[in-house]
Amino acid sequence: MSVAAVAQLLLEDVNVGDELPTLDYEVTATTVVLGALATRDWRPMHHDKDFAVHRNGTQDIFLNTPNQAAWFERYLTDWSGPRGRLARVTFRMKGSVFPGDTMSLTGVVESTEVDEVGCGFASVAVTLSVDGDTKTTCAARIALPRTGEDNPWARRGDQWRPSPTHP
Amino acid sequence: MTGNGSGDTLAEARDLIGKEQYHEVGEFPVERGYVWTSCASVENGNPLYWDDEVAEALTGGPVAPPSMVSVWFRPHHWAPGRIEEALPLQVHFDLKALFGLPEAVMTDNTIEFHTPVRMGDVLRTHQVLRSVSDEKTTKLGTGRFWVIDVVYANQEGELVAVEFYTGFGYRREVAS
Repeated sequence: MSVAAVAQLLLEDVNVGDELPTLDYEVTATTVVLGALATRDWRPMHHDKDFAVHRNGTQDIFLNTPNQAAWFERYLTDWSGPRGRLARVTFRMKGSVFPGDTMSLTGVVESTEVDEVGCGFASVAVTLSVDGDTKTTCAARIALPRTGEDNPWARRGDQWRPSPTHP
Repeated sequence: MTGNGSGDTLAEARDLIGKEQYHEVGEFPVERGYVWTSCASVENGNPLYWDDEVAEALTGGPVAPPSMVSVWFRPHHWAPGRIEEALPLQVHFDLKALFGLPEAVMTDNTIEFHTPVRMGDVLRTHQVLRSVSDEKTTKLGTGRFWVIDVVYANQEGELVAVEFYTGFGYRREVAS
């Protein structure tokens, strides 16, 4: 596939308050186990229901944190397109996600900026919830191209500043 | 046991601030099969990870999703001759033990992404304690907050990512 054929969001297309499309996903035991193995997390509460229930006291096995990070990344780059370059994420875990849950990822643009070296960024507040209960929040900063030719991935060294200078 | 939170214990902990600890090297080179396994687990169809032409144009060849950075350090479930498993975030467990705090939670986790991770990279990591608070009481109990950085670099020494963890080690309040 040529790069020109790939849909790509530009910074100028993004406004504060924009909502990202919601992603709903029905979590199964396979989702949880696949996610645990994909992140090389062998701990039994992510694949052994007896252990999760009787040792951890949870209702079932549950999604591990690194796999949730992968879900957040997928959600953000589904929106941004492949030139979107993740710069910084902050997670807060509030509850677990179990097989049988339908998890919903939602996001809203909180700010946009062009930094001192000319790189465009959007800050997005993403929420993973189940039946309206927030399970994890993710504050993400993602670089977005400013023009059709711009490519944040091409930035190296001092030209790439993943954290805002004045957080 | 140590762990009464005496001035000596606090001084011992604060003496570690800023020092690099627990240098580790990943057990295997970054490889594309694992990238695809990860993308498949979350149905991530980003062509940057699946399409060679897109990867060449945008990143000069295949890279790994940034969120996978810690994946490259999780040890195999079994390895010949290994008798004990290293705990991730060992500094966190060291502080729990030092202060004699039986419970601990991570209150938040931030990851900052730098140089992209490429196929064949062998990453290395170390941990740095950044701060230890005075004793605090929260709804969980009484204990201390600490901030730990986990620094990831590639084989060229280029910074790949930094994780910042805030932990709270505590003792539950005894019901009166």
